[in-house]
This record gives sequence, structure tokens and C-alpha cells, in this order.
Amino acid sequence: MSASLEARWRARRRRRRIAVLAWGGALAAAVLASAWFVELSPTVLIAGLPRIGVYFAKLVPTLHAASLFAGPATEGSLAYWYYRLDLWLFLLLQTSQMAALATLLGGLIGLALCFPASANLAPWRGVFLLARRLLDLLRSVPDLVYALILVWAFGVGPLAGVAAITLHSAGALGKLFAEVVENADMRPFEAVRAAGGGVAAAIRYAIVPQVAPNFLSYALLRFEINVRGASVIGFVGAGGIGQELYTVISFNYYQEISAILVLIMITVSVIDLVSERLRTMAMAA
Amino acid sequence: MLTLTGLSCRFGPVTAVDDVTLSVPTGQVLGIIGPSGAGKSTLLRLINRLQAPSAGRIDCDGLDVTALRGRALRRWRGEAAMIFQSFNLIPRLDVLTNVLIGRLGHVSALRGLAGLFSAAERAMALDLLDRYGLADRALERAGRLSGGEQQRVAICRAMMQAPRLVLADEPVASLDPRNSRVVMDALRAIAREAGLTVLVNLHDLALARAYCDRLVALAAGRVVFDGVPAALSAARIVEIYGMDETALAEAGLAPAHA
Repeated sequence: MSASLEARWRARRRRRRIAVLAWGGALAAAVLASAWFVELSPTVLIAGLPRIGVYFAKLVPTLHAASLFAGPATEGSLAYWYYRLDLWLFLLLQTSQMAALATLLGGLIGLALCFPASANLAPWRGVFLLARRLLDLLRSVPDLVYALILVWAFGVGPLAGVAAITLHSAGALGKLFAEVVENADMRPFEAVRAAGGGVAAAIRYAIVPQVAPNFLSYALLRFEINVRGASVIGFVGAGGIGQELYTVISFNYYQEISAILVLIMITVSVIDLVSERLRTMAMAA
Repeated sequence: MLTLTGLSCRFGPVTAVDDVTLSVPTGQVLGIIGPSGAGKSTLLRLINRLQAPSAGRIDCDGLDVTALRGRALRRWRGEAAMIFQSFNLIPRLDVLTNVLIGRLGHVSALRGLAGLFSAAERAMALDLLDRYGLADRALERAGRLSGGEQQRVAICRAMMQAPRLVLADEPVASLDPRNSRVVMDALRAIAREAGLTVLVNLHDLALARAYCDRLVALAAGRVVFDGVPAALSAARIVEIYGMDETALAEAGLAPAHA
């Protein structure tokens, strides 16, 4: 008995080792193949690395300790570096407003779609599949591509950017929301149904209170992602700081590039910090 | 009078409830016993119509329950209040709201969704909570209450439904002996004072004997015993469970609470 068990255990271990080796080999081959496809060559990488350094060196602003706090007319002062601070702050505000609005709208669309897209709540399999595919469709197109199309439709400006980020966020959030709903405890739902409540009432009373903190947390995470997304979406003319960033990069205005990048980093960090705090509060609630 | 006629429920190849015919007079406390997997839960879920029967009929005071749909079905569910083993409250909502959920079968869908319960309904909920010694916990989150308290909240929710029947599915299986007796006392009081029919699934034979007017035993979905508790002899118990009561208690299947 124990001898045969030992033999079976050894056989199973051997099978597992073979499987690990086979899958590991396949994975390694796939990685090498993709490296070849993207022309990832070590020599080019090594040759290019110093150039990155050179670029960053050019970005470093000329600042003189003596005249650091002098007026915008003095070269080497902070004010000289940030001579268009008013415009950039306005554009950054526009960028974060775009992200906030798009997250809210995308979240609402995702909220509406997540319940039919949950296997445990969809009334029919067809509804479930339809809602899931719709979310996949919304999510699979990058917001930059939506923006290209929408700029063509609505014209240059933040409206196209908001609409583009909204569509992508709706797909991304809807799928995450649906997964949260699928993990919800269904017993309270059943109790509300058993008490004579309809499906909508059961969702409102038994599901929403369970999933709300997670929904909020995902929406805030999406907001952080969307702030980053909104800062580049202007590259295609869809509003925000991206348009300005694209201009200064194209014209090699190195000092302006670094000025804007620092501003974006500060903004994103502040939003990250605040939303992280909010998320912790939401999860504790 | 609740009447089940030839009631069956199949899940694929498994027959959970098999041709059950039963009449329950109004005001009776009917205990349903039997080994796990015998179809006790499914039987109660069929009566509330959480589960659709594969065959057979359910009638209650001349109402053909099996034919109900839509709004009429929702009203019936409101009248056949369920109490669950794991209470099935919404832990993040306050106790009062959990009790008010019992009104959802009575108010319009929109009013229910908006949470627009009337002051009279809130007073009724508070009155029920007070009767079960929970009035001062009304604004706490249901999840903060102990198991025994949660099951009492669930009873309040059930009574809020102004039901004709109370269907209790293992209501004390998650509770300690003292709380078990509090909850069973409450269920019996509902039958005695409000005159409601109470169907209660129990795996604890001592509790079943102590609290029920009549016992029905299910085995593999069929009724194998139907009579007063005194008629449940040692020999019948062996027939139903395949072992005697001491062995049952030792196996932990029926901890001797009483």
C-alpha cells in the first residue's frame, strides 16, 4: 500500500517536473520570439542609453543660485524657467477636470453595465454575453484611438478627450465592477427576493452596500490612470496639457519640456496621494 | 391551510423533493427533519417559490401558489416569510433598514428602490425590534450584532412582511444553545399569538420534539414520517437517519441542545 503510494507520488512528481520544464521552455521561446519581433537588440540598447542621458542633460534647466528667486526676465531664475506657469496651470487644471469628468461618466456607464455583465445577476445568458462583449469592445480600444476619431467628429478640444477617456473607462470599470459583483455574497440578495423585493430592489439593498467600497476604490484608481491618460491625449488635439507638451517636444524646447514634466509629476503625485487616502477610507468604511 | 400536492423538484438527475403531499393547518408549528441532503431546504424554497417546482402544486387558502407570476408572485413571497440559517441580513446596512426590507413586497417598486418607507412603517419596525429586545440597536450596523441578535433581526424582518407563513430553514444551526431556545421560543410564539403557520427545518431532534406540534421526516426527498413528536420512536429514527439518536448526536449531526 505505502510502496504503491510512494510510486504514485514519484510518478506525479516526475510528471509535474516535466510539465514545468515544458511550459518553462515554451515561455522562454515565446519571450525570445517577441524580443526578436520588437527588434530588441542589446547592441542598439547599449548604444542608445547614453543618448537618453544626453536628452535628460538637455532637459536640466539653467538655474543660478544667485538669481534663483529673481523675476521672469532674469535668466537662471525659477520664474524664467516657468515663464508660462499661468498657461500650464490652466492646462493642468483642464487635464485633471477632463480626467475627473471622464472617470465619473465612465463609472456611471460601467455601473449600469456591470449588473447585466455579472453571471450571478444576469437574467439570461444572452444578456450576460452581450453586456460582457460590449464592455470588452469599449475597453479594447485605447483612449488615444478614441480621441483620434472623436477629434475628427467633435473638433479639436477637451470635449473629444473627455468622451474618449469616458468610453475606455466605462469598459475598464464595468468589467472590474462586474467581477466585484460576482464575488458578492448572494445570500442577502436571496433574502430580499424571498421577502418579495424585485431584482432592482435586491441589487440596491443586498448587492450595492457590499460592493460600493470596492467600486469607489476602483473608480479612484481609474481616476489616477485617467489623469496620466489625459496628459497625453492632447497629443492628438483632444485638450489638456498634452497639446502643449507635444508642441514643446516637437520644437525641442528643452527647458519647457522639463518644466511641464515636473508639473505633471507633481499633479499626478498629489492626486495619487489624495485618492489613496480616500481609497483607504472607503475600504475601512 | 397550506396544501402541497405531489410536489417534486429535480436538479438534473437529482430529485431533491420527490412527490411530497402534505396539508398544514393554519397556526401549526411543523418541524421538518431528516438527514442533510434530504431536501428539507428545497421544500421550503419551493413554498416561497425561490425555487420553481418540476411537478406538483402548492395551494394556500384557496390560492394556487404554483401559478403565480410577476407582482402576484412578489406578494406571495412577502406572505411566505423566510428565515435562514445564516440570517442573510445585509451586514453593512443598519438594523432598522434590514427590518424595513420586509416591506418591499408591500410597497411599490419605485418607493422600495428609493427607500421611501413611511413613518408608520418605521414605527412598526421599531415596535417589532422592541418586542425582541433590540430597539436600542436599531441604528447599528447589522453586521456588528451577535448571531443570536441577527437572527432576531431576521425574525423582525419576517414579521414586517405581515406574513401568512413563516418558513425557517435551520434557523438555529448557527447559534449556541441559549440563543437557539430564544429563537425557537420566538417562532413558537409567532404561531401561538399571531396564529401563523410555521414550517421549520431542524436537524436537532431534541429541539424538534420540544417545539413542534407535528414532525415530518424527509429522506431522499420523500416523506418517510408524518406524525406527532411522541410517535417518533427510536426505531423510526433509525429508519430515517440510518443510525440511532445517540450515534447522531455523537456524529455531531444533531448536537443534543435541550
